[in-house]
Amino acid sequence: MFKRYGNRRELPLHLMLVPGLVMLLIFAYVPMMGIIIAFQQFNPVKGLFGDQNWVGLANFKTIFAMPNIWQVIGNTVFIAVMKIILGMIVPIVFALLLNEVKQVLFKRVTQTIIYFPYFLSWIILSGIMIDILSPSTGLANVILSWFGLGPVYFLGENSWFPYTMVASDVWKNFGFNSVIYLATITSIDTTLYEASAVDGAGRWRQTWHVTLPGMRMIIVLLMVLSLGSIFDAGFDQIFNLYSPQVFASGDIIDTMIYRLGLQQSQYSISAGVGLMKSGVSFVLITVSYYMAYRLFKYRFF
Amino acid sequence: MHVHSTTGTRIFNLFNLIVLTLTCAGCLIPFIHIVSLSFSDKAAVMGGLVKLWPVHFTLDPYRYVLERGAFWHAFGMTLERVAIGATLNVVLVIILAYPLSKAGDKLRMRTLYVWIFFFTMLFNGGLIPNYILVKELHLLDTVWALVLPGAVGVFNIVLLLNFFREVPAELEDAAFIDGAGHWRTLWQIYVPVSLPAIATVTLFSIVGHWNAWFDGMIYMKVSHYPLQTYLQSIVIKFDFNTMSPEEAKRLAKLNDRSIKSAQMIVAVIPVLLVYPYLQKYFVSGIRLGSVKG
Repeated sequence: MFKRYGNRRELPLHLMLVPGLVMLLIFAYVPMMGIIIAFQQFNPVKGLFGDQNWVGLANFKTIFAMPNIWQVIGNTVFIAVMKIILGMIVPIVFALLLNEVKQVLFKRVTQTIIYFPYFLSWIILSGIMIDILSPSTGLANVILSWFGLGPVYFLGENSWFPYTMVASDVWKNFGFNSVIYLATITSIDTTLYEASAVDGAGRWRQTWHVTLPGMRMIIVLLMVLSLGSIFDAGFDQIFNLYSPQVFASGDIIDTMIYRLGLQQSQYSISAGVGLMKSGVSFVLITVSYYMAYRLFKYRFF
Repeated sequence: MHVHSTTGTRIFNLFNLIVLTLTCAGCLIPFIHIVSLSFSDKAAVMGGLVKLWPVHFTLDPYRYVLERGAFWHAFGMTLERVAIGATLNVVLVIILAYPLSKAGDKLRMRTLYVWIFFFTMLFNGGLIPNYILVKELHLLDTVWALVLPGAVGVFNIVLLLNFFREVPAELEDAAFIDGAGHWRTLWQIYVPVSLPAIATVTLFSIVGHWNAWFDGMIYMKVSHYPLQTYLQSIVIKFDFNTMSPEEAKRLAKLNDRSIKSAQMIVAVIPVLLVYPYLQKYFVSGIRLGSVKG
């Protein structure tokens, strides 16, 4: 095991990897194999790899016979795609605006304020939203009533619920997500701005012809990588804010998996829905990483 | 740089500052409102008088929360998971990132190892197999159910290994000439020079464990709920089963919204305390770690 360079042996490097590999084997690869219960009629008494009844694709027939399955898939993709699109546009616009600020203190304070919600849990933020968005006593509806509007049932009406989810998700994350764009803007070669200023370009034209092209690569890269999350509508948020009256617009794949599996104990059916989600996501994530690699030589490791 | 300072520029600057100020207000107002509710008395809250400042200032909601056994029990459970979970995460990240930061000619089978880690980001077993596994390992209702399944953070490994790659080769060579092995080189050279990245990983891990609630809900009994799960049951599910009659009597004198607000504020304070450090480190951490073109 000795290598040529100095007394650097290779074995310790492999030993360092052992604990992590064991943990991954148990807590990532065993559950991956455990997905076989989607093809069984799982009986918890017999255990995960026990002598279970195999039922072939019967669970999937049951899943696609459920009256709401396509609606749930549709809700998931709708909410997730809206979150992806607005979750990119808002931070980009914000980074551009923040970059134009010349007052350092103002910039600092703004950043400090807008990054903060990212670090709070959806429990706290949901608690705040439930209070503020309450149709009777909530601050939001009190303010709307000053203008003779409302009350709006942000969390209780199907026409509002998905948009409330998207808006609050953008609200939580836009500050933090703007960090990467701000960093990119800062790294753009300043001589490009000077050259364009000499050519008589104002700030609008500089933004259009220098800043945005400088951000193009990172924008496209993050767009490509977000492809993998179009089945992630955000369980933590929706689970804490939805209710049966908005299931038509707000029930998503992950909440359905939870209710089927852990509330109704239909383990195999729930695992089947989970496998469909993981399977499609696997294809999308693989494609997105492959595209990112081919287009930008982006490598995760 | 900007040669002209035209009227247009000045109007834009003003407009920009206004937009950004309004955005900040939009981020702050919900929190200010909740803080105000938590310091206001029952009549003022019920009368809808409280907006962005406490009305009829009182500390009673906080007194109620601080004297509540279940709240502190959940708080303690969270401290336990943060202490064990974050330590485990950080130690694993360090000893995994170091070998993986080596090039393929210094670590045989590196490609295989990398794929084993990377594949877990592409595919996962999903909720149900994970739940059954934790159950069959007899981890239910123990702190291990909260810290072991997420112990290996692949994103954090990548963040740190990119940092490790920036360590000058001369530093490492010098250590090896002095007779140090990989372990000593890692702990005495790599870790000290990578403290900003390690701080980032540590803080993210702490905040992640502090904020986690779902695993607590599915794996723990009600009496062992961590703080966020406890809050979820009180603030969001309105589940008051855990309350003693005496507590219920005291609660009648207070407004429910004030108490919920006070509990949320107390749960936010620790995040607020580490936030300055988080902000100091994450910007550099993110730049180095997440996206390299």
